[in-house]
Amino acid sequence: MAEFNLPQNSRLVEGKAWPKPAGAKNVAEFKIYRWNPDDTANPRTDTYYVDRNDCGPMVLDALIWIKNKVDPTLTFRRSCREGICGSCAMNMDGKNGLACTTGIDECGSKGKVAIYPLPHMPVIKDLVPDLTRFYAQHASIEPWLKTTTPAPEKEWRQAKDDREKLDGLYECILCACCSTSCPSYWWNGDRYLGPAALLQAYRWLIDSRDEATGERLDDLEDPFRLYRCHTIMNCANACPKGLNPAKAIAEVKKMMVARQV
Amino acid sequence: MGGPLDRRMILAEVKPAARPLSPHLQIYRWSWTMAMSIAHRVTGTGLYLGTVLIAAWLVAAASGPAAYDAAQAVAGSIIGLLVLFLYSFALLHHMVGGLRHFIWDMGHGFDPQTRTNLAKYSVFVSGGLTLLVWIAALALR
Repeated sequence: MAEFNLPQNSRLVEGKAWPKPAGAKNVAEFKIYRWNPDDTANPRTDTYYVDRNDCGPMVLDALIWIKNKVDPTLTFRRSCREGICGSCAMNMDGKNGLACTTGIDECGSKGKVAIYPLPHMPVIKDLVPDLTRFYAQHASIEPWLKTTTPAPEKEWRQAKDDREKLDGLYECILCACCSTSCPSYWWNGDRYLGPAALLQAYRWLIDSRDEATGERLDDLEDPFRLYRCHTIMNCANACPKGLNPAKAIAEVKKMMVARQV
Repeated sequence: MGGPLDRRMILAEVKPAARPLSPHLQIYRWSWTMAMSIAHRVTGTGLYLGTVLIAAWLVAAASGPAAYDAAQAVAGSIIGLLVLFLYSFALLHHMVGGLRHFIWDMGHGFDPQTRTNLAKYSVFVSGGLTLLVWIAALALR
């Protein structure tokens, strides 16, 4: 059963407001989720002020600016700063995305930029969620080529149009923006695989070289693992790579029906 | 190389630490598709309740003229009409939502503009159909 309220230890309290940068003329306000595993306090939201004239255009630029100039304890993941590593996935202005490819100007719907960790996940510290289960779900769909025929002397050949079927699927960077945007994953993340794992499941199901289609479908044929998708579409709205997990899941459901008839 | 059973064990071994749960429903921005998904649930639940009322009306009709007149009086009261109006909206909204899900289940309408429009228009279409039904019903009375 869905638990809509946050548990007692997860309820947010108002945190502190950090000083405004002295002499700054172009200031943006950031409200950022904080939680420190080293004390017993509940999570809080701290307010920071960023000098836009001294800072790059992206949300990640602002986070790094805050960490360097205001509060070195602010904790977040980041690496490539160009939308390919998926480390800086978080919830900005109510929507999941990558901090490095989300502009500060895109986040002004409430006059300030509200930043939270990826939703409905255990928090390790501040904006860093625990993705252990998410990765285990990806591993569970066995995301590698499975064959029974003897391996060819060189590579497994694939026709050009068969290769094109993987476009829009292979680009996934496993940032978890989609799965953690999905209310169905919020309520049933322990049993529902979620959009990211299912997109990858479909990526192997339609790979012309893969010979385990039947057993892959058997593994997904389950009221929860696949069929908890109710086409809410938050996944497709959130994906920072413009992929469409909802459509991939619909295609898997179609494959389930197609093999019955 | 684990089979499906081994893989399920991997999932079972992942135990959450004593960590706070990050906010979800409290902070996520609503979208049309998200709102219409929950509306489909709400109207579906409403239809369960409405079906009980229809059953009660049928029981009254089968019980005799006195019971039937009483049921008609309740249904024709302001509150009764309001409940009937909401019930008819729930029915039509759920029907239109069902058609939307049918389109998606056939693998169509997934691009950003279409999926938002399908959700958005299901409010207007079901609202318009409800008004048409009531205009027709009141005109024929």
